[in-house]
Amino acid sequence: MGSITLKKVTKSFDKTEVIRPLDLQIDDGEFVVFVGPSGCGKSTLLRLIAGLEDITSGSIEINGTDATSVPPAKRGLAMVFQSYALYPHMSVRKNIAFPLKMAGLDKKEREKKVTDAAAVLNLTDYLDRRPGQLSGGQRQRVAIGRAIVREPDAFLFDEPLSNLDAALRGNMRLEIAELHQTLATTMIYVTHDQVEAMTMADKIVVLQAGVIEQVGSPMDLYREPANVFVAGFIGSPAMNLIEGPEAKSRGAKTIGVRPEHFDLSMDGGEWRGVVGVSEHLGSDTFLRVEVEGIGTLTARADGEFPARHGDTVGLTPDPERIHRFDEAGLRISS
Amino acid sequence: MATQHSRSAARMMMAPAVILLLGWMLVPLTMTLWFSFRKYLPLRGGDMGWVGFDNYVSFFNSSSFWPSIQTTLLIVGGVLIITVVFGVLLALLLDQPMWGQGIVRILVIAPFFVMPTVSALVWKNIFMDPVNGLFAHLWKFFGATPVVWMSQASMESIILIVSWQWLPFATLILLTATQSLDSEQLEASEIDGARPLQRFFYIILPHLGRALTIVILIQTIFLLAIFAEIFVTTGGAFGTKTLSYLVFQRVLESQNIGLGSAGGIYAVILANIVAIFLMRIVGKNLDT
Repeated sequence: MGSITLKKVTKSFDKTEVIRPLDLQIDDGEFVVFVGPSGCGKSTLLRLIAGLEDITSGSIEINGTDATSVPPAKRGLAMVFQSYALYPHMSVRKNIAFPLKMAGLDKKEREKKVTDAAAVLNLTDYLDRRPGQLSGGQRQRVAIGRAIVREPDAFLFDEPLSNLDAALRGNMRLEIAELHQTLATTMIYVTHDQVEAMTMADKIVVLQAGVIEQVGSPMDLYREPANVFVAGFIGSPAMNLIEGPEAKSRGAKTIGVRPEHFDLSMDGGEWRGVVGVSEHLGSDTFLRVEVEGIGTLTARADGEFPARHGDTVGLTPDPERIHRFDEAGLRISS
Repeated sequence: MATQHSRSAARMMMAPAVILLLGWMLVPLTMTLWFSFRKYLPLRGGDMGWVGFDNYVSFFNSSSFWPSIQTTLLIVGGVLIITVVFGVLLALLLDQPMWGQGIVRILVIAPFFVMPTVSALVWKNIFMDPVNGLFAHLWKFFGATPVVWMSQASMESIILIVSWQWLPFATLILLTATQSLDSEQLEASEIDGARPLQRFFYIILPHLGRALTIVILIQTIFLLAIFAEIFVTTGGAFGTKTLSYLVFQRVLESQNIGLGSAGGIYAVILANIVAIFLMRIVGKNLDT
């Protein structure tokens, strides 16, 4: 059990409308990622679901019952905060046991659940330490442990990995995804990092300025972005968005081609341009190519592609994978 | 890495400060010790030579000795309890966003700027005067007989006055500590199901632990030596004679410097005993 339905939810702080009327259905067991640039309202949306902020209008249903005015503790949700929000004066054991203690469980039961959670999260050796003596990744796991023991209907994650270094972030990403497989509980995850969104989500919700731009599976969003914003936001490196006569000749205001959908050659090619900076990642090389009349394009080439700075190369976009957008920025389906 | 050379250089450079502080403390202490073993009556024959532990014995055997220690501890304890409890509550209150926050905070801090002598006199004459005081009028308004504060409730009065003076100090330090609490911790505990009172005892109070320790230690140091408030209100009468007040009476009213000095050494011993107890109880908060 862990379905959440938002109906016409809005949120305003004073006169600023942070969330415009918004509908969203989250099914039981889904891993949903809210993604968007900073200030798009994704964290606010999560806090509305958690009950830490009151919604201005609309309603929230959890498991089919109206939860709009239910206090946070009674919603059956657990939240992991960006700063981890561990209680610094309590040991790891007490931190994890805190929600159980508040729920009035007796000591024996608490101990058992804490031990189980610690085993799942590899924290057994650290149970008697204080949060201040742990590394960032361990603190993150304690925060997750504190959420797990409550056996909530849904987990809420508020940018949980943004304080970790790149390598650790990669590991924790896998651990959280694995945890979702094990627990099969609904998870809602907020991030500004589209890589996290793509790799973890069952369903991505792209937000911008308090409006949902698109909802869909990662590959749906990648293959068929609903508008220019989603096209530019999902995918790394970002999609090349081209305006002007080249777009007009294809009957669109803007056309988009992903860097990986170019066919590169040293001679020939549909568009020819001069190579600027090239980034060698080993397996791939990303080339910044200056094409006259179109602008600077990013293209992915094979790692062994011989182009160097100042060389002229040819780019041929895969005609099947050119995205076309109209005046309003919306996708023109072909 | 500090070499032998740089370490000795550091010692050399710290020496003046250390020597100055040490001298500042040691000279008066040594002089007090010196006088405490001598019979020294400035108006009745001056310095009349060594008397051994006579001064200590007669100070200890005086009927005022134990009551004065009791009074001292009662005032220190009473003021500590009042300032800490109300300090925490006021700090939480002032931390709430409200209109005119800046002015309210300055007003709360104001009593700390009033000199002890002045504030005690203001309390004594404006509030607690049994004929013209505000309290007397208030009591009469409700048909009660006005309390003669300075004689009937002398200890309560002094504890009230001193608490009023020190409450701003406690509030100020605890307010800054309250403000440094991460709001996500409170939100996390809210989601974890902690009710407001539980949030206070499990999250807020432990967070204030270190600030509370500072408040208690600093206040104890100053409250053990409280003098002006007693001098201008009861003059040590009605069971308000603290140890430091007793020392004052021996030295200046009885003109017996030897006896007063012995009392001073007792005060040092008392302060150390209190300090040891306090460090045992609250000192561990400073470690982590």
